[in-house]
Amino acid sequence: MPYVPHGDADRQVMLNALGVRRVDDLFAGVPEHLRYPELLLPEPLSEPELMAELAAMSETNADLRHFVSFLGAGAYYHYIPSVVEQIVSRSEFYTAYTPYQPEISQGTLQGIFEYQSMICALTGMDASNASHYDGATAVAEAIVMAHNVKRMKRHTAVMSPLVHPEYRATARTYVQGLDVTVAGDDAIGNDLEALLQRVDDDTICLVVQTPNFLGELEDLRGVAERVHEAGALLVVVADPLSLGLFKPPGDYGADIVVGEGQALGNAVSFGGPYLGFFATREKLVHKMAGRVVGETVDVEGKRGFVLTLAAREQHIRRERATSNICSNQALNALTAAVYMAALGKRGLRKVAEICYHRAHYAAAQIAQVPGFDVVARKPFFKEFVVQCPMPVEALNRHLLEWGIIGGYDLARAYPGTQNHMLVCVTEMTTRAGIDYFIEALREVSA
Amino acid sequence: MKVEKQLLYAESHEWVRLEDGEAVVGISDFAQEELNDVVYVELPEVGDTFEAGEMFATVESVKAASDVYIPLSGEVVEVNEALEDSPELVNQSPYGDGWFVRIRLADPSETETLMDADAYAAYLVEEADKGEH
Repeated sequence: MPYVPHGDADRQVMLNALGVRRVDDLFAGVPEHLRYPELLLPEPLSEPELMAELAAMSETNADLRHFVSFLGAGAYYHYIPSVVEQIVSRSEFYTAYTPYQPEISQGTLQGIFEYQSMICALTGMDASNASHYDGATAVAEAIVMAHNVKRMKRHTAVMSPLVHPEYRATARTYVQGLDVTVAGDDAIGNDLEALLQRVDDDTICLVVQTPNFLGELEDLRGVAERVHEAGALLVVVADPLSLGLFKPPGDYGADIVVGEGQALGNAVSFGGPYLGFFATREKLVHKMAGRVVGETVDVEGKRGFVLTLAAREQHIRRERATSNICSNQALNALTAAVYMAALGKRGLRKVAEICYHRAHYAAAQIAQVPGFDVVARKPFFKEFVVQCPMPVEALNRHLLEWGIIGGYDLARAYPGTQNHMLVCVTEMTTRAGIDYFIEALREVSA
Repeated sequence: MKVEKQLLYAESHEWVRLEDGEAVVGISDFAQEELNDVVYVELPEVGDTFEAGEMFATVESVKAASDVYIPLSGEVVEVNEALEDSPELVNQSPYGDGWFVRIRLADPSETETLMDADAYAAYLVEEADKGEH
């Protein structure tokens, strides 16, 4: 039986306080015909019938096992070694939450500690938290953190237009209640130099993404120095797999490094769950958002793990906490940790290299198809922009008939970029798959 | 619990030592005892300016983080860098090596709003009585 804490008398007191007579009056704002709509549900099914129906429904999905995909734009299809699933499926690990009690949670705490350590190694930073919901919220938290580091005396976050459009939208949602404006991303042509021109004594931070949303590697050498000269912080949004091959942002002076961690062993899945990684320098660690697990010794001198730096958090600091979300994605972070441990430094580099070479092979082939052009202004990693002879939406409809999921239609994020497709190639895209894509493009555009 | 003579105190338990238009600021023995073991002190930067009553530093103990308020308006001319590596100085020597910042006063007349040692001692007794109810 459910526990009902309020009796009729309690409810009456509350209704009186609200100035309504009955509970039903609270729903007066909902149009009457929508309050109790008739649900036209089919007849009940037996379990085998239901399983058959659900299986038939799932067959209508265009999934990555049956289709060749060139869609990335923030969610990436990479191989997940079997050991990842095997380890994270252990019931001892099955929680999305950070464990408060070290005496019963050493395994999960150690998993998070190792995740943090590997994120630090990958990003070149000193400290990592236990993760955020996704890349978008990690970007938003980075701006909030930078705002706190600057003691809320600065009010503008300068953001590259080539940061993932959804991350930019999420950041704007987050800072609504703060006295912070996100600026600089109003035109796709605002390049690094233009953004640096906007960095001044009111700038909290410069947020740049590399590889950027168009797949290009940004040349960030010297950028941190110029940002720091203006007293602002440099926030770099990075693809964790690209860091297996390219210089970590810590090497070129980033203050905060964040990004989407899905590519590290987590399946591509609509709506997630994904994870956001978040790392910073030691001198800023007291301003870092989120949970942090630390290594210590117990009374007998044995190595152990506990939540640390908790005085930053909302249950202690209330409204002055570094973040009002101190939850994390423990199981996804563990997945990322097992993935990184399974591949190791060399394995991560190898995956990144294959992505790089396959993407460049695909770009070279596409450039030879009449009507198609590869727009390569800068070096790219695993995604690149293709100018098409027709609207991307129409092209993608044709490609679906070929069993191909086409690339991202850039017009969705950047008005004025009609006929431009963002193509993604990973180690899961075979050479045969690329050649089949080329054949389809030739046919469709002929 | 010690209340150092010659210092001025604020109701939020910071002390001030006046020196030629400048003031050294720290937290009282009572405040450090209430906080327990201090593990981190976040200080402002030289050049930052504050209005009297503004939060200018944060003290973290193992289980709490407390804001510290500047008792007088002014510009920070020096911060106690020793606290970065040795935050325990706040516990060991609240009126000495555990000082927080030195500020150049914007308005010396503001000192009239602060308590002298006797008034602060009486204030602590008064507060303790309130707490017992």
